[in-house]
Amino acid sequence: MSETELIRVLGDDDTSPAPYHPSLDDESLLALYRRMVQTRLFDAEMIRLHRQGRVSIYSSSEGEEALAVAAAMTLSEEDWLFPDYRVSGALFERGVPMEEFLAQLFGTSKDLSKGRQIPTHYGSRQRHIASISSPVGNGIAHAVGFAWAARIKKGPEVVLTFFGDGATSEEGFHTGMNIAGVHKLPVVFVCRNNQYAISVPFNLQTGSDTIAVKAKAYGFDGVRVDGTDALAVHDVVREAVERARKGGGPTLVEGVSYRHGAHSTSDDDTRYRKAAEAEAWRKRDPIDRFGRYLKSRGLWDDARDAALRETLESRIQTAVAEAEAAPPPPLESLFDDVYDDLPWHLREQRQDLTDHLRGLKGRKP
Amino acid sequence: MAVISYLDAISHALREEMRRDPTVFLMGEDIGVFGGAFKVTRGFIEEFGEERVIDTPISESGFTGAACGAAIMGFRPVVEFQFADFIACAFDQIVNFAAKCYYRWGIPVPVVFRGPSGGGFRGGPYHSQNPEAWFTHVAGLKVVQPSTPYEAKGLLKAAIRDNNPVIYLEHKHLYRRIREEVPDEDFEIPIGVADVKRDGTDLTIVTYGAMVHTCLGVAERLAAEGAEIEVVDLRSLAPLDKDTILASVSKTGKALVVHEAQLTSGIGGEVAAIIVESCWDALDAPVKRIGALDVPIPFSPTLEDAVLPSEGKIEATARELLEY
Repeated sequence: MSETELIRVLGDDDTSPAPYHPSLDDESLLALYRRMVQTRLFDAEMIRLHRQGRVSIYSSSEGEEALAVAAAMTLSEEDWLFPDYRVSGALFERGVPMEEFLAQLFGTSKDLSKGRQIPTHYGSRQRHIASISSPVGNGIAHAVGFAWAARIKKGPEVVLTFFGDGATSEEGFHTGMNIAGVHKLPVVFVCRNNQYAISVPFNLQTGSDTIAVKAKAYGFDGVRVDGTDALAVHDVVREAVERARKGGGPTLVEGVSYRHGAHSTSDDDTRYRKAAEAEAWRKRDPIDRFGRYLKSRGLWDDARDAALRETLESRIQTAVAEAEAAPPPPLESLFDDVYDDLPWHLREQRQDLTDHLRGLKGRKP
Repeated sequence: MAVISYLDAISHALREEMRRDPTVFLMGEDIGVFGGAFKVTRGFIEEFGEERVIDTPISESGFTGAACGAAIMGFRPVVEFQFADFIACAFDQIVNFAAKCYYRWGIPVPVVFRGPSGGGFRGGPYHSQNPEAWFTHVAGLKVVQPSTPYEAKGLLKAAIRDNNPVIYLEHKHLYRRIREEVPDEDFEIPIGVADVKRDGTDLTIVTYGAMVHTCLGVAERLAAEGAEIEVVDLRSLAPLDKDTILASVSKTGKALVVHEAQLTSGIGGEVAAIIVESCWDALDAPVKRIGALDVPIPFSPTLEDAVLPSEGKIEATARELLEY
């Protein structure tokens, strides 16, 4: 492996070369494919809901599903995921039901974060998924600290953290990679290099040829993998996770991919990138590629694909309807959990709000 | 009961908490073999080992973020900033992450951020600041500043046991200057409770940190002239102890708020607002504030002395209020 070579399993025709034996059995291969399709359809539905004014903001992972799902698939139950805002597939892979993620997106009373975070900032201790905070890259330091704690505790946990190419310019990346390198901590850094940080292209983000090469300076391996090749992502990340688990220290995985959609529902990507570029990447769509591979192995066909999509669409619709029907969080919950205890000034403000609302007799505050 | 310094008290609190609770560990620059820039952790690495007394890279935001990550797992890290000024390097991790984590997803981040603060040492703009007001404006943080060895120990224990992130500011000028008897047995000083350091009936001085000692000196001098000044040591800046402040000002009818930190938008403004909002009828004089001049702390001794609140200024303002 080197920091500049692109690791691939699927060839140009999306079959794998004869000697390759996938590290996943047939059932797991199909599960991976289904999860990627679920992610694609879910994200597309969220974009539709945004256009209808039902979800306030969303960042689609279209084009990067292989990275999110195949990487998360390599984790064991005790491991922890420190995600970013563009890996819905990784959440689903960790067992998050769509209803639960949707409750977060809608910010309802069923949301685990009680309606306090903007969409996609999901977190769940039970599922070993850290909550995202919006400043890009600061979660990298949390992942490293968590791994450090695992080391002190002599626990089995491996930590996997996702971030984009833009985050590699942030100090969270540098400080996190540095500490992980010094202490050989059990962390796998997965950079989704999708070529753009909102509108800023890769060549304006870094003077390096690759992200992977940056690992060398921190004293551990960087691997560059074709992020549109689910099998390659899986194998590379699995090896990194195993190395971390055995005490071999961290690995930086650069998944080279492309963000097919805009950064979020708040920008128009046609203003900062060329249609021809996007078209070229569409030919390397991770789901199409993996589907062709499965078909070449005789594991999949068009009829099953159509049936899968129909089933998933229906499940997504049901989940949306259920999540959207939940009421908003109660106003009185506003003051809870700022502190573990409720200080006097928050007690006073809660009382003031209650009195104010009572005085309004149901009119808007 | 032994007589110990303010610095010893901090050291004892850390040592006792680490012995009591295996989830407590320390992170910071030069805190291991070197024992810390001010020697608070001298001998710690020998007792607790390098896994619990962690010498970090020079990376405030990195080790602060890492401490937050460890807290998510259930640890109670104590982070030492070599000087409180450098806490600015970790601002995002404290303000955007530690302070909001519990609210955002129900995971407490019980990290204590220790920082040697304060001026008077010719430390210039980067080794003299009093950054408490940067943090009292952030929901989710608690901020304390002890003035005596007894409080340094009791507040640090309370901070470590608190489930919220706590900014613990220790004034460098008190480290070796202030010594007193401190109980050997385990004790805590609850966060959010002020202490009346001197009873009086004619004027309330609300203050904290090193200024407590300066104000007590002023009160003693004016007592010789027959004025009885009450000195309230806030100890906790977030949350403030409203009841103790109001009880005192209701009794004296006059209030002066004194802090070493910059005047504008400082704790003094908040305390003055609480007093004016809640005991207007009891006031016999305007509420006055004294803080550092609103300039960075300059290096030149002549200039620095002019920037920090002086005993003379406090005494003159106290006299002015007493005359109302």
